[in-house]
Amino acid sequence: MNIGSLISALPGAVAQGLIWGIMAIGVYLTYKVLDIADLTVDGTMATGGAVCVMMLLNGANLWLAILCAVLAGMIAGLVTGIFHTAMGIPAILAGILTQLSLYSVNLAIMGFKANQGINFRTTRILISSRNVKVIGFENPIFIMIIVTALLIGVLYWFFGTELGASLRATGSNEHMARAQGINVNVSKIIGLMISNGIVALSSALYSQYQGAVDVNMGRGGIVIGLAAVIISSVIFGKIFHNFALKLMGVSLGAVIYYIVIQIVLWMGLNTNMLKLLSALVVAVFLAIPYWKGKFTKGARHA
Amino acid sequence: MLDLINISKTFNPNTINQKVALDGVSLHLDDGDFVTMIGSNGAGKSTLLNAIAGEWPVDSGRIIIDGNDVTGLSEHKRALWLGRVFQDPRLGTAATMQIIENLALAKRRGQKRGLKIGVTKAEKDEYREQLATLGLGLEDRLTEKVGLLSGGQRQALTLLMATLKKPKLLLLDEHTAALDPRTAQKVLTLSDQIVTENKLMTMMVTHNMKDAIRYGNRLIMMNAGHIILDIKGEEKQKLTVTDLMEQFVKTSGEELSDRALLS
Repeated sequence: MNIGSLISALPGAVAQGLIWGIMAIGVYLTYKVLDIADLTVDGTMATGGAVCVMMLLNGANLWLAILCAVLAGMIAGLVTGIFHTAMGIPAILAGILTQLSLYSVNLAIMGFKANQGINFRTTRILISSRNVKVIGFENPIFIMIIVTALLIGVLYWFFGTELGASLRATGSNEHMARAQGINVNVSKIIGLMISNGIVALSSALYSQYQGAVDVNMGRGGIVIGLAAVIISSVIFGKIFHNFALKLMGVSLGAVIYYIVIQIVLWMGLNTNMLKLLSALVVAVFLAIPYWKGKFTKGARHA
Repeated sequence: MLDLINISKTFNPNTINQKVALDGVSLHLDDGDFVTMIGSNGAGKSTLLNAIAGEWPVDSGRIIIDGNDVTGLSEHKRALWLGRVFQDPRLGTAATMQIIENLALAKRRGQKRGLKIGVTKAEKDEYREQLATLGLGLEDRLTEKVGLLSGGQRQALTLLMATLKKPKLLLLDEHTAALDPRTAQKVLTLSDQIVTENKLMTMMVTHNMKDAIRYGNRLIMMNAGHIILDIKGEEKQKLTVTDLMEQFVKTSGEELSDRALLS
């Protein structure tokens, strides 16, 4: 085991972590703020990249391509939201249905090919893994820190508005939200749209970073997102109380996740076993609050 | 004004669990009426309140609040006219949000919520003043999460939230039943004070006959989905618990349930 090879892999892990951190922020919004486990994101995590790459290949402006990727993600969130609210399908199942349909949709967007590459020489892109060790403005780590900061700023503002507060109330106590005149269905749809828009942004950036989009890019994405959310609540839960800091914690959680993955791979774990490992780790951490609850049974309610 | 015209509701129709919860209930309330509602378990008191609030559509009949027919409106739309406090102190507030954020949400009840800031600076002072009137020291804890409050504090806060934007009708659904006796009395006194000061049209469900007699200007007794007794004004002031129990047996033809006797 050569420590040098680990160190040289770290900048890439950090960059990937920051990109997936954006995705994890999207997951945080549905999972923690709205109290919905949204599995749409596994599909959206490829949709954003598909839209972005295909538009770039067709000569579209970089920013327009990213914007359209976000919009495509929001439409996916809208569909899940309609499945869930207007059609009464449980949230998890609604997400699975959209996720499954997105597989076909993503392939269609990509011209029925499983992957599509972009040439960094002929196409202008925002971030590339090639620059991960470059010292300068084109370094993806630097760019991703700025993108993350901007996103957190916008979300911090939004969730402080009347509309944002009504979304938080919906996730906190639907009963109360309805009694205060909040249309909880609209809240959920808006939340799902924002979340999936953010995931699609992450996807668009990730496909640029890799120089390609793959139809399976988002598989298991929800687990990575949840892992980041859980890592952040375990490590920063006690110190980060402000909403913006919590979002930053989620981003850092994703970075830590990718560094740990890098270390585990460096120690010789078969890449194919990664998903099993991630899923088990997330399962254990999800169980902890439940186990804790069992020990404090009989606690006075309210 | 509130008009309930021939409201009926059957739960689980055509099943073994079929239950006629409301059976052609009609009721007229004038502005400023403070009605206390009693009746044994399953009599339809809470069901009637939920019907007014729109938790589910009624099978037949009409609900008219202040001249607006709300029968077909969803729960969140009716919130414009209604203030509500529930039996479970956890239902009325958002535990993971700050006290001040809860109040700001309640202040905007029934209004369109846009991209304006959720809590303005001016509101802060207003809420501090309002919270001080509760006498619970909450005015110094504005940014604390509601989840940290006790049941009584949460119920008092819910009461304030329900009346922060003056409702046309205040619905109190056994809102002191989950509290210890002392706290219950405090919240009840507070409710009476807020209702009387603001002359709010109010319906209060209670299991306590003494409270039902002591508070309000009108008393309604329900049984098996019907209103079986409706006593107003002077007649109500002269009521005693014994009168009520006799009336109950006479009108319903049944013995009182244990629960009602104990109160």
